[in-house]
Amino acid sequence: MSYQGKKNIPKITSDRLLIKGGRIVNDDQSFHADIYMEDGLIKQIGDNLIVPGGVKTIEANGKMVIPGGIDIHTHFQMPYRGTTTVDDFAQGSKAALAGGTTMIVDHVIPEPGSSLIEAYDQWRQWADEKACCDYSLHVDITHWNDSIKQEVDNLIKEKGVNSFQVYMAYKDYYQMSNSELYEVFTFLAERGGIAQVHAENGEIIAEEQARMLQMGITGPEGHVLSRPEELEAEAVFRAITIASQTNCPLYVTRVMSKSAADIISQARKKGNVVFGEPITASLGTDGTHYWSKNWAKAASFVTSPPLSPDPTTPDYLNTLLSSGDLSVTGSAHCTFSVSQKAIGKDDFTQIPEGVNGVEERMTLIWDKAVTTGKMDENMFVAVTSTNAAKILNLYPRKGRVAVGSDADLVIWDTDSICTITAKTHNSAAEYNVFEGMELRGAPLVVICQGKIILEDGNLHVTSGVGRFIPCSAFPDYAYKRVKARKQLAVLRAVPRGMYDGPVSEFSMSRGGTPSASARTSPTKQPVRNLHQSGFSLAGNPAPCGPPTPDDVPIRPAGRRIVVPPGGRSNITSLS
Amino acid sequence: MSTAGEVPAFFKSMGSDSPARPRQKFCGMFCPVEGSSDSKTLDFDALSACRGKSDGRVIDRQTDISQPRKVEIRESTGKEALQNLDDRRSDRLLIKGGKIVNDDQSFCADIYMEDGVIKQIGENLIVPGGVKTIDAHGRMLMPGGIDVHTRFQMPDRGMMSADDFYQGTKAALAGGTTMIIDHVVPEPGVSLISAFEQWREWADSKSCCDYSLHIDITEWHKGIQEEMEALVKDHGVNSFLVYLAYKDIFQLTDAQVYEVFSVIRDLGAIAQVHAENGDIVAEEQRKILEQGITGPEGHVLSRPEEVEAEAVNRSVTVANQTNCPLYVTKVMSKSAADVIAQARKKGTVVYGEPITASLGTDGSHYWSKNWAKAAAYVTSPPLSPDPTTPDYLNSLLSCGDLQVTGSAHCPFNTAQRAVGKDDFSLIPEGVNGTEERMSVIWDKCVVTGKMDENQFVAVTSTNAAKIFNLYPRKGRIAVGSDADLVLWDPDLTKIISAKSHISAVEYNIFEGTEVRGGPLVVISQGKIVLEEGNLHTTEGSGRYVARKPFPDYVYKRIKARSRLAELRGVPRGLYDGPVCEVSVTPKTMTPASSAKTSPAKQPNQPVRNLHQSGFSLSGAQVDDNIPRRNTQRIVAPPGGRANITSLG
Repeated sequence: MSYQGKKNIPKITSDRLLIKGGRIVNDDQSFHADIYMEDGLIKQIGDNLIVPGGVKTIEANGKMVIPGGIDIHTHFQMPYRGTTTVDDFAQGSKAALAGGTTMIVDHVIPEPGSSLIEAYDQWRQWADEKACCDYSLHVDITHWNDSIKQEVDNLIKEKGVNSFQVYMAYKDYYQMSNSELYEVFTFLAERGGIAQVHAENGEIIAEEQARMLQMGITGPEGHVLSRPEELEAEAVFRAITIASQTNCPLYVTRVMSKSAADIISQARKKGNVVFGEPITASLGTDGTHYWSKNWAKAASFVTSPPLSPDPTTPDYLNTLLSSGDLSVTGSAHCTFSVSQKAIGKDDFTQIPEGVNGVEERMTLIWDKAVTTGKMDENMFVAVTSTNAAKILNLYPRKGRVAVGSDADLVIWDTDSICTITAKTHNSAAEYNVFEGMELRGAPLVVICQGKIILEDGNLHVTSGVGRFIPCSAFPDYAYKRVKARKQLAVLRAVPRGMYDGPVSEFSMSRGGTPSASARTSPTKQPVRNLHQSGFSLAGNPAPCGPPTPDDVPIRPAGRRIVVPPGGRSNITSLS
Repeated sequence: MSTAGEVPAFFKSMGSDSPARPRQKFCGMFCPVEGSSDSKTLDFDALSACRGKSDGRVIDRQTDISQPRKVEIRESTGKEALQNLDDRRSDRLLIKGGKIVNDDQSFCADIYMEDGVIKQIGENLIVPGGVKTIDAHGRMLMPGGIDVHTRFQMPDRGMMSADDFYQGTKAALAGGTTMIIDHVVPEPGVSLISAFEQWREWADSKSCCDYSLHIDITEWHKGIQEEMEALVKDHGVNSFLVYLAYKDIFQLTDAQVYEVFSVIRDLGAIAQVHAENGDIVAEEQRKILEQGITGPEGHVLSRPEEVEAEAVNRSVTVANQTNCPLYVTKVMSKSAADVIAQARKKGTVVYGEPITASLGTDGSHYWSKNWAKAAAYVTSPPLSPDPTTPDYLNSLLSCGDLQVTGSAHCPFNTAQRAVGKDDFSLIPEGVNGTEERMSVIWDKCVVTGKMDENQFVAVTSTNAAKIFNLYPRKGRIAVGSDADLVLWDPDLTKIISAKSHISAVEYNIFEGTEVRGGPLVVISQGKIVLEEGNLHTTEGSGRYVARKPFPDYVYKRIKARSRLAELRGVPRGLYDGPVCEVSVTPKTMTPASSAKTSPAKQPNQPVRNLHQSGFSLSGAQVDDNIPRRNTQRIVAPPGGRANITSLG
């Protein structure tokens, strides 16, 4: 660290910063260049930059300079039955910065029945007060009706939210029915939002939980036993089916098991627009700890979907992440203290759910995926930062080292080795699910909003400097394909004559499916569009064939046809 | 989830040629020209040992397949007849010189049956004089087909499907099927037992062949569970169907399906599932009607194949969780079949039932300009518009990934279909297929070389008998089995047409399809019901066949797994650290609320079993080195410090 020139006294707190001799790593390429930043933006990239005097300079000495990580899934300061998670926005974003993550995307969870906008405002207030790094928000849709629909529309158009999570688990609480999912996805597809799902079959979980408790299994192992990985895979499969029906881009949060990941990668091979998000915990550890004799330790691993007890899972997920079948990584950081977890000491279903991981995310992926040769440094940038920025429509402002991008950078030290422990981590939780792991690779310098946050192992964070970054609708990364498909997917009716044969008597007691569903959903009754019932006189009774363009004369439904000039139509004759 | 991949290339060309075009009998330039060897070479059939003692008469082998084929049936005459004065229409029957085809092997032997049961199999049988004899001339003799899925006389909104039990079983017998299993569909709110008895009454008075019944579970509460127990124990029912489709009518929720499956497993029955995601279907129907699509094409557009595959996947998941054997009715699409094949590879006990329609035709007809024709194909799940589907399903059937075949025979007249002329969602659903089933499978699978005759017997009869615990009474030619036999003629060709079929409906969805292979003689309950193209059926002769629970074929694996699947809790000391205060509204009301709507036993409030709380004094734990939380105070207990709450 040195200061050029002598005009440094007034500029001591300057936002100007120069990184010399670094190797810039983006998701597409790596190259050597200097970076000059001012006012939180990258102003110049290149060799021999002309910079004002008195600029603070960091010598990178050939080390990697990567875009700061984006943790796409956190739950800081999440309220839970009157308490909140131990890491608030200050503590949480401090831990994030310490790990090389310069932006977090938190989940707003409105209580069922309450307004999304109010919850959103509440989270904005908490985060604006405390966050040390830039943030953005997902909003969870915990119930569905017309007013929620309005609010979602409002959030997309005016509040800078483009991603909404729905729950397939937590029966009678957050869980949505398939019809509701269908309607939410349809609506999001229209408005250009990303549909996120918490994918687990809540109905079966509820049954299994009841069974476990009946059998007398009340400890944390009951949590994983009642949520087998198949239920996760099943829900992922169902979510993909619904998303594909509604032509909506899908984002599966917390991919925790091999089978769920497999289903995502198969769906991607079939062409579905679906993104999978493994989290730090599923990439770094497994669910064997649920059987720990130490209740508090076992409880600290409780999260949903649970960590898979299969110890080969982390490796498998890392491989799929490297091959691009899984796209982004989050941490789902949502930490509770032991005494909070102990709410469920006699009943595992009451244990508040969540694990740590925001601080460890980058290092862990580097260690598990890059040092093992599964992915290269560019892919590392893609999965920790760039892909997330693209999905959120923040690219290239975030997720790339380029002129005009935000000055959120990390100088990455590939050689440092650290051991993760709850003693030294920045989270307020007493346990760390990665306790004792020795990981290679760590941030050497973290720059956020053009300011040096971490250097020489010292964190200098300022609570409340974090800005809310609005995300706009229709991110290209997800929606280009969706738009193209929408144009193709127009359905056409077959133009036929009216059926004029005999009709059986029947009672309307059954088969009322469409109207019955309309009862529960805020949509219109189906109305027959008489203008679309065409009648062909072309006389080609081909038994089958592709739908023909409806350029045929239109016959009003009521008119009777006495033998038409071209001969009788054979609508009801047998063929 | 399609990793099963494409059909092997050599299957692609097989059996996919246009059914309308007359088929080449033999392919390849080195094959003999048809009929060229007649009267020139030795008749090996006539000389082979299995013929046993031939009666010496030479029967001309018929070569012109356009003529109806003949079988020689010799009635007892003269003196022989006097021995049988008491029973002129004797139940005694001898079949000579047939090649017996079971699912495991084929062999030549004579069969003697009496009183509707096979009494002897072998050569040179000693039989009473004056027995009616059929000379099979080396043709294949196989167990009569079992159609596992019919819906004869099914009520739908005050209408009744066009074929009643008489018409339907007659059609079945004409096609070589000697047993049907029909579905009892109780209206929601109606007791299962009374619906069952209603169906019994209908079938007993009309059915011409043996039958059994599946029961559909159309709603779920405590009473239904008791009725299911009664049905299994007292009425010989061992299969129940649940619907994942027909929202607000028959559809059950996942939680209900879980409970039904648990009950079914405890009873030792088979869980059948109509697999389609009814929620999505309802939404799609609404959307498509809004777009002004009201014709039958809307039916298939609103029920895409993915929705079927999703439901199959979900029911496989629930079945795995409950360790219950699963049977997927009406496998109509490639992706659904793939899901089943993959689940089987993973070890799930799951069976798939493609139906005649999905094996024989595709869903392109939904776009027919002829409304009545298009409507005739309406069934759920719909026929796939992908024309390669039948071929694919036939391949999976041949390799064993799909096991049984039904017909889901439930046709409606055009006038009945026309109920939905302005709204496809009102069209009554169901296609024909009970008569065509055996011939279609023979033509699509055996003629094309996908399966051999033994596998044919397995998929048309034996597997069904095994799954539903009818084996070896049905589904096998063996001494002691029922005398339900079919003398099969692989050379018979026939063009399927509504003009000539037995069913009462105006349309046949296989119209114009030319199939090779057909029954020459059909024997049901030891009586000849089809010979020389003539049906001799007797209304009401069909018996109800009771089925026992816990079929070995299905439950051997289930039983072994349930012994293994015991779960154990971890014995831990009581957590005695601080507990956070929480607001009263509990986060998870889940178990209690699910019990509200379902007949599952009220879960006991979790009571900690103190006997299971082991307490280790064995010293160091892995986590000992971690410092304790600062707020926590532990006074050392008398027996030494417990490290239950220490952090680590």
